[in-house]
Amino acid sequence: MPSATIRPETQYATLHQQGEAAQLGMWVFLATETLFFGALIFTYYLYRISYPEAIAHASEDTVLWCGSVNLALLLTSSLTMVLAINAAAQGRRGAAMALLLATIVLGFCFLGVKGYEYAADYSDKVVPAVNFTLKPGEPPASELFWIYYFVATGLHAIHVTTGLGLLLYVFWRLRQRRVTAAYYAPIEVVGLYWSFVDTVWIFLFPTIYLAGRL
Amino acid sequence: MAMIAAEAEPTYLDNENTIASWLLTKDHKRIALMFLASITAFFFVGGFAATLIRLHLATPNGLLQPSMYNRMFTMHGVIMVWFFLIPSIPTTLGNFLIPLMIGAHDLAFPRINLMSWYVFNLSGLVLLYALIMGGVDTGWTFYTPYSTSFSNGYVFAAALAVFVNGFSSIMTGLNFVVTIHRLRAPGMTWDRLPLFIWGIYSVSIVMLLATPVLAMDTLLLAVERFVGTGMFDPLRGGDPLLWQHMFWFYSHPAVYIMILPAMGLVSELIACYARRPIFGYSGMTIAMMAIAILSFFVWAHHMFVAGISIYSAILFSLTTFFVAVPSAIKVFNWTVSLHKGAIIFDAPMLYALGFVLLFTIGGVTGLMLATLGVDVPVHDTYFVIAHFHYIMVGATVSAFFGGVHFWWPKMTGRHYPEAWARFAAILAFAGFNLTFFPQYILGNLGMPRRYYTYPAEWQSWNLLSSAGASILAVAYALPLFYLGWSLFYGKRADPNPWRATGLEWLTPSPPPKDNFEHTPTVLIGPYSYDPESDRYTTQDGVSHA
Repeated sequence: MPSATIRPETQYATLHQQGEAAQLGMWVFLATETLFFGALIFTYYLYRISYPEAIAHASEDTVLWCGSVNLALLLTSSLTMVLAINAAAQGRRGAAMALLLATIVLGFCFLGVKGYEYAADYSDKVVPAVNFTLKPGEPPASELFWIYYFVATGLHAIHVTTGLGLLLYVFWRLRQRRVTAAYYAPIEVVGLYWSFVDTVWIFLFPTIYLAGRL
Repeated sequence: MAMIAAEAEPTYLDNENTIASWLLTKDHKRIALMFLASITAFFFVGGFAATLIRLHLATPNGLLQPSMYNRMFTMHGVIMVWFFLIPSIPTTLGNFLIPLMIGAHDLAFPRINLMSWYVFNLSGLVLLYALIMGGVDTGWTFYTPYSTSFSNGYVFAAALAVFVNGFSSIMTGLNFVVTIHRLRAPGMTWDRLPLFIWGIYSVSIVMLLATPVLAMDTLLLAVERFVGTGMFDPLRGGDPLLWQHMFWFYSHPAVYIMILPAMGLVSELIACYARRPIFGYSGMTIAMMAIAILSFFVWAHHMFVAGISIYSAILFSLTTFFVAVPSAIKVFNWTVSLHKGAIIFDAPMLYALGFVLLFTIGGVTGLMLATLGVDVPVHDTYFVIAHFHYIMVGATVSAFFGGVHFWWPKMTGRHYPEAWARFAAILAFAGFNLTFFPQYILGNLGMPRRYYTYPAEWQSWNLLSSAGASILAVAYALPLFYLGWSLFYGKRADPNPWRATGLEWLTPSPPPKDNFEHTPTVLIGPYSYDPESDRYTTQDGVSHA
């Protein structure tokens, strides 16, 4: 039995207790993350209310197809993620690894599209303080939108990268048979994190891409 | 036989003693001592800046250049707030005691606990870099647009230090919340938790929910400072008040981050040294949670004169008054807990009584500041300085010192010298009041904070304050010497030298690496002291004479 090699750490009585603690830990961490991104989205709404036209104007210059494709990629990756957790819980190791790999590939595709979009933004001269020119007739406050855009998507991309690192780590643990049906908390916890990264994008998407298009 | 077995098991201190065994330890007790060393170092760096400030203000002409004076009060504030007061009780006593008090063998995530210490020291190094390269002159509040567009100090490094420091706070808070939820010993129900644990629990929640907002705020500040974006720059449409809103959304709760664990800690001391159960246990727990929740709805009372709408000022004034209710409940309960007790005036109790008195003075003057009409003239004066030092220093630091003395035998296995400790406690109380009470008067006379000079007629009050500061400095330095001495020459402590009721006293002093040989079973709530018969019952249900 490979699962016999997994033992709880000294402070836990059972693996079940250890798994529950890990889950609670991730939920608590995600609460802090919510406040972190929440504060940023709050600044967005402050300026959206202060300068509705400037924000709408700037938003029209975003690359809608990139944002939409990325939304589809991340939502799909969340599906493969939960299916991977399900497979791991049922002890279907091969399926779990394949689904995890699909999640990882979708995550890398997201970053690729994002990188392409940043390059497009650069040539569109909308990078504040680095390469920024107001378009004719555009109000100066639209620069505030682009600060928000780069801080928000940059932080989100860091989170996606972190998530990919975690996914690779769990993939390696699955390979090593250190995540099994008896103890699959690691993959479940990473899945929670991945869903959060997905959820953040769901909130960022309308604020960035749809503000000037509705 | 039991004695021999207990002696045979190595304590957490002499279990393994290579440098690597300390630097890579996952033992919450060792990490607590490492945090104690770190924050003590920062306490004296911050204290050094305070010494210079008070020396400077002893005469109207002063002794520092104005720009140096600005750097000193900024470093004093930044170091004392983020590198001493906020981590003080949670990372040291909290880290050491949570598993012991709830009957666990370690925190839930020992590796995250160790990482928290490294991240804390990393942020400290970044801050020291800013200090050595030339300092910061914005005040600890980093108000925009001065900090972003005009200040010539190392604002970026300081903001980065505060940002990184927040990760340490979050890791510690997360660990505590999960540990308290998931690792309580059998029978340790929520209504049997010692009040110190409730204090730590409530403070962890505030840390977790407030710190990320400051993180975002300092991140935006750092980006603006580094790259030159205009998020807070009014010339480019940015709103400088946005910085203040997000800053105080963290920094007002931060005050409660400092006081809540102190409140829990003092409850332990008062019950033990009055030999009486704490009056109104459930009221105490509800009050702490109420303070934690209300702390998120009062932030704009720092901004009454910043140009916010009068209607929101009225609202924030009102919510600030609400905080007085749970605070007063606690003060009344501590006072009633003393009634008909058999009070022992040992050093920890002296600190605890000092806490209650100074917290009350700080709290009542806080209510005065919450009143819109009073706040307008005394805003940004020494009245505010005196008010928050009564809370942060008078109350929190007193509680911290009281706690360090009380659990010193448990942490080190040695007794501290009682006479010296009492002397230091009384000296600290006297020195503190002498330093900060004159500042209430100065503030009332209109002396603004952060000014490097003042009219000659205010010199006597300022001199009195500086004289008090020198006494306070001695009182704070003294424990360093006699506690250090006690490590080698102090009397050996038995497991329960104070005849206290918590689970931490069931295990040897100092405890073995895994805290308890067998996970204890809890049968009763804390504080089963009986002043009449002088008996007490530990939480495992065993009655002692």
